[in-house]
Amino acid sequence: MMDVGYHRLLLRIGAVSLPVRRRSLITAALLAAVLAALAVLSLGLGTYPLSPRQVILALAGQGGALDRTVVLQWRLPRTLAAVLLGAVLGVAGALFQTVTRNPLAGPDVLGLANGAFTGMLLVVATGTGDWTLLTLGAVLGGTTAAALIWLLAHRQGITGFRLIIVGIGVSALLSSTNTWLLLQVELETAMFASAWGAGSLNGVTATAVRGAAVCAIPLLAVLATLGPRLRQLDLGDDVATATGARPAGVRRGALAVAVALVSVATAVIGPVAFIALAAPQIARRAARTPHLSLGLSALVGGALLLASDLIAQHVLPVTLPVGVVTVSVGGAYLVTMIIREIRRYA
Amino acid sequence: MTHLVPRRGAGAAVVLAALAGALVLSVAVGANPLSPAAVLDVLAGGGDDQSRYVVTELRVPRTVTGIAAGVALGLAGTLIQAFTRNPLADPGILGVNAGAAFAVAAGVTFLGLRDISALVWLAFLGALAVTLAVYVIGSSGRGAADPIRLTLAGVALGAVFSGVTTGMALSDPDAFDTMRSWNAGSLLGRDLDVLLPVTPFLAAGIVIAFLLGPGLNALALGDDVARAQGANVRVIRAGVIVAVTLLAGTATALAGPISFVGLMVPHAARWLFGVDHRVILAVSVLLAPTLILLADVLGRVLIAPAEMPVGIVTAFVGAPLLIVLARRRRTAGP
Repeated sequence: MMDVGYHRLLLRIGAVSLPVRRRSLITAALLAAVLAALAVLSLGLGTYPLSPRQVILALAGQGGALDRTVVLQWRLPRTLAAVLLGAVLGVAGALFQTVTRNPLAGPDVLGLANGAFTGMLLVVATGTGDWTLLTLGAVLGGTTAAALIWLLAHRQGITGFRLIIVGIGVSALLSSTNTWLLLQVELETAMFASAWGAGSLNGVTATAVRGAAVCAIPLLAVLATLGPRLRQLDLGDDVATATGARPAGVRRGALAVAVALVSVATAVIGPVAFIALAAPQIARRAARTPHLSLGLSALVGGALLLASDLIAQHVLPVTLPVGVVTVSVGGAYLVTMIIREIRRYA
Repeated sequence: MTHLVPRRGAGAAVVLAALAGALVLSVAVGANPLSPAAVLDVLAGGGDDQSRYVVTELRVPRTVTGIAAGVALGLAGTLIQAFTRNPLADPGILGVNAGAAFAVAAGVTFLGLRDISALVWLAFLGALAVTLAVYVIGSSGRGAADPIRLTLAGVALGAVFSGVTTGMALSDPDAFDTMRSWNAGSLLGRDLDVLLPVTPFLAAGIVIAFLLGPGLNALALGDDVARAQGANVRVIRAGVIVAVTLLAGTATALAGPISFVGLMVPHAARWLFGVDHRVILAVSVLLAPTLILLADVLGRVLIAPAEMPVGIVTAFVGAPLLIVLARRRRTAGP
């Protein structure tokens, strides 16, 4: 079963068997443990603090009535939203980066975040505060921006470089539109919209999490079938075609799924920066895999968003939107990576 | 592009005429429109009280600020594109805007500053500090600052600072309100109180930029060729960083973050007059103010009686151009 020479295991689920590197499995197990620990911490912290034991008892349906209310009704939706949507963003980032073969490609670069914010602001500007409409506006805005970028970047096929530059252009345009729209509305409305625009888990409800799960799970299932073919893209188009893959089709499919995943996350928590960008790269370095792993990216994404939300809620002197933390931590991560990269050659 | 050289004289005349036209429009157009004749009348010392007030107190200072910001952005764009050998680079890439915005937000939040002439200093110092930080990170380790490292460091530090800026602004409604108008990039209400403090830095930036002209031509051939020709690559690079910091810092301090002018102008200059960086620098000094003034005038007309900030107008003109450039580029690139 285990081929020690290649450090590979053969994972069998029913009729499907998947070769898995041992280091990937160990990394996945460690990440899952970190995620669980963060979740317990997140469920226990707050104005009514609970010990990890109390949290676990409450999750099992035992313990005091108040403990159960606090854990299951107050804190669980937010924690679940962080884990689920962080995972969704991690997977989407891995897809973007695999398709463009560029580690700097993420939904932020590709205009989705700014497009979603534009859509949301347009709804806000009409004076509506209805969440369903705001969500719809965000999803429509994000997908329209993505479609626009795709069309503009398409010229006898898509190259990663052109996609990124066109993405930056459209993003800049949308970001100016957003600045302008923010100037047009009342201060209070502008601040509310900006908090969402920075990416926030405040006020996430159980209904919203359920809705997001219903949308995200089928999309992730589609990926299970797309995954093996995605790896062939890493070999370059010529090799991929020679081995019988259809790179253009796979690329379109993967991008469509990635856009849909980011839209789901954005609709619930706003455009949270950097998770999609950093998670796949962190996962790849942790597991030392040559390609980007969707599963590991999901685990890292969930852990990153949950940890960032803990910092946003409990570490800083004022409660901030989680996106402010992710953008700072993510940027700091990039800076460290650059310095380390430079040191290595120094 | 050499076939364009015989047309240099005609090209220069067109560019100068455009600048002159932009100047007249910038003084004449607005909520209180004046005919070009009335403007000339005031400038010659005549005119009634109201037109004198509009011209000398409102429009001329605004126009002068626009020219200063334009010159700074045009030169900074030319320098940074030559330096990174990336035709799509923009001064904002080195984190200048993010640094300025961070310092402004800190001043508004913690010091309660609102006055634009106080914010000018903060914007300038913030731009300076972040560009230096980007340079230190980008050049740590062996050898001189590598353009790719600098770009990455600029993007990354820029992201950190804009994140923190958002956080600070969101925690204080008053600061948020000041920041949302500063962020748009505007020449509205900029008078000589704002311009005078930064003039020495602008002047120093302009002088360094022009001294760098021959060095940029050498650098365009690649580091090794430049060295073989006797150019001091390290000195040129350090000079570019200093000049870009001074110039982009001044522009951001004067008008807030204005995107795309630094990107567009060197392209137009190259297209019109060829690839000699000394010429591109000279032409960008004329073209960039023209662009800023026209964008500002357009902003006054588009949604009159309200005004659209100049930074928004330049983004609406510049972003489509960037997309066209990306589509035209033949090679797949990195």
